[in-house]
Amino acid sequence: MVENQIVQPHENIVEIEHAVIDYPLRRYTIRAVTDVSLSLKRGAITALVGESGSGKTTLASSLLRCISEPGILSGGEVRFYPAEGAPVEVLKLSPREIDRFRWEKVSMVFQAAQSALNPVYTVRAQFEETVREHGMKWSRERIEQKMREVFDYVKLDYDRVARCYPHELSGGMKQRVMIAFSLLLDPELIILDEPTTALDVITQDYIFSILKRINREKGISMLLMTHDIGIVAKFADYVGVLYAGRLMEFGSVFDVFRERRHPYTKGLIRATPSLIGDLEALKPIGGSPPDLRNLPQGCVFSPRCPYCTDACREREPDTAVQGGRCIKCIHGFEEYE
Amino acid sequence: MNSLMTLEHINMRFQKGGFFSKDRSVHVLKDIDLTIGEGEILALVGESGCGKTTLGKIITGLYVPTEGQIALQGESGETIKRKKRPLSFLQVQFIQQDSYAALNPVRTIYQSLYAPIRMHNPKWSKKQIDTKIDELMTLIGLQPAAQFLSKYPHQLSGGQRQRILMARAISLDPKLIVADEPVSMIDVSLRLSLLNLMSELNERLGIAFVYITHDLSTARYIARRGRLAVMYLGEIMEEGAMDVVLSHPRHPYTRALLKAVPVPDPDARSDEKLPLKSMELSGIEDRGEGCPFAPRCPYMTEQCERPVDYVVTEGVRIKCRNLEEVERLNAARPEGTDE
Repeated sequence: MVENQIVQPHENIVEIEHAVIDYPLRRYTIRAVTDVSLSLKRGAITALVGESGSGKTTLASSLLRCISEPGILSGGEVRFYPAEGAPVEVLKLSPREIDRFRWEKVSMVFQAAQSALNPVYTVRAQFEETVREHGMKWSRERIEQKMREVFDYVKLDYDRVARCYPHELSGGMKQRVMIAFSLLLDPELIILDEPTTALDVITQDYIFSILKRINREKGISMLLMTHDIGIVAKFADYVGVLYAGRLMEFGSVFDVFRERRHPYTKGLIRATPSLIGDLEALKPIGGSPPDLRNLPQGCVFSPRCPYCTDACREREPDTAVQGGRCIKCIHGFEEYE
Repeated sequence: MNSLMTLEHINMRFQKGGFFSKDRSVHVLKDIDLTIGEGEILALVGESGCGKTTLGKIITGLYVPTEGQIALQGESGETIKRKKRPLSFLQVQFIQQDSYAALNPVRTIYQSLYAPIRMHNPKWSKKQIDTKIDELMTLIGLQPAAQFLSKYPHQLSGGQRQRILMARAISLDPKLIVADEPVSMIDVSLRLSLLNLMSELNERLGIAFVYITHDLSTARYIARRGRLAVMYLGEIMEEGAMDVVLSHPRHPYTRALLKAVPVPDPDARSDEKLPLKSMELSGIEDRGEGCPFAPRCPYMTEQCERPVDYVVTEGVRIKCRNLEEVERLNAARPEGTDE
């Protein structure tokens, strides 16, 4: 599915190399992302899973260079490969260039759709404002035509919704407006930050079927942040697992679920209740998520890891890479149990 | 199983508007009949806005229903006005979703646990209460207790705070705990251990649980030997033993709901559309006399606009007129073959 969409351009749409993101606070500095390298395949849906504080939102914000204050990218490179033209070094863009880069190349659907829309503007006014701010000389008719097109994708009735204020829409509708909004300037990549957390399962299923269609028909690449293993399994092509700001494992969804490698990924899948399968086989992960101010020595997962060895407690493991899959664990691709 | 609490014909209406608009009342719960057995786990599942939290608050006695009877062990809770509320309703406790908001931020954990015990056991000595608190901390698995008791809520993690809420709920030896989405704000890796703690309290202390959630997967986990009630727009659409309902969902809504739950296995993927006519949740305000699910139901007929009664099969009660037809259509097109 992924392969036949890619034709000529670079196979990756985004490459993040050795990203380090710090939040300097008054008394100490919190390192939210530590040396993460990640490539997003063009045309694919890549999911980043992680618990709260694992750095998934911070990492994704670095693509748009909008890490929330006082966070700074203290190291690394972020490269974007447009379908046409030269690669873009996102960190070297001038303020003007980054303003255009956002939404025209990469757009984002935020977690709380409820608060992402301006309450005193109608939906149409917000779309028009965005077009204007990006210096597009579109006529009203052209904007309406474009809005009808993107509303069609998210199955919203333009004539009804466009003149509504956000409070007149339900949660699921607002989220669909936000998805339509992200499509407005034909981006090549959409970042989805927990797009369905506040919604119920039926609406969630609906939103994901819409996103999948957009991905397939328009060939837009997607980066999805979530904490829900079920959504990853159902929706994504690739998955990266973040823990305490480190990329613990990365690979195609099928590989990662079929051949579970990293102890944390194993634990996470085994701790996820499901509607099918043996309930007795489920096991919680012991311990609690790490405190970023006070990380354990060696591998950050070692205090909770059932396969932990002395060496794990001494130094942080390197990332083992094999055919598009990488694992940050001392056991790497070897069998262990 | 002896019944612990019975709810009969519960109806709940909320007043809405009135300042600028005409007074309207919203019918949030309609004719709810429910029995909760001693020591059982009942999972109450539904979409947001279906009235599941309202029902939970009625069970706890935080809301007085507009119509209907509640009885706890035969004792009527009709006059659940604060003062007159029968003391036995202390035996029903409530656990909120947001553990941060549920604890007083300027009190230590010890103070938060101490207050309700002191309030309801005025004759106890401080030493007795301290022993009780120590026992509670052991039960909920926060050890060493002293280290947690002197802390303030913001110094604990979400999972630990949720455990403190459990300790507080069991401190008055309740018979029933209503837990409203207790794990939805908790990290995935910690959810399972909290659910396990609830099962343990259920088994060891015989406390019955009403587990309110929109997440069927965790409902199945905690209430595997219990019951499931599926709510839709203020009515219970299907209710019965968890394993029976999950292995053979009968109501068209339950069928759709089960299909919508993502399974954590990419090999189980399918692009099948949900068996629904419309994705829009119809408003609770413009509900007619008939089945509330009818506007979204692919099996709807004209009859559905008239009031529906429960049909009981295999110990499961279902509120649907067209069960036989739905069954026939689904048997003709078994799952997995309709791609």
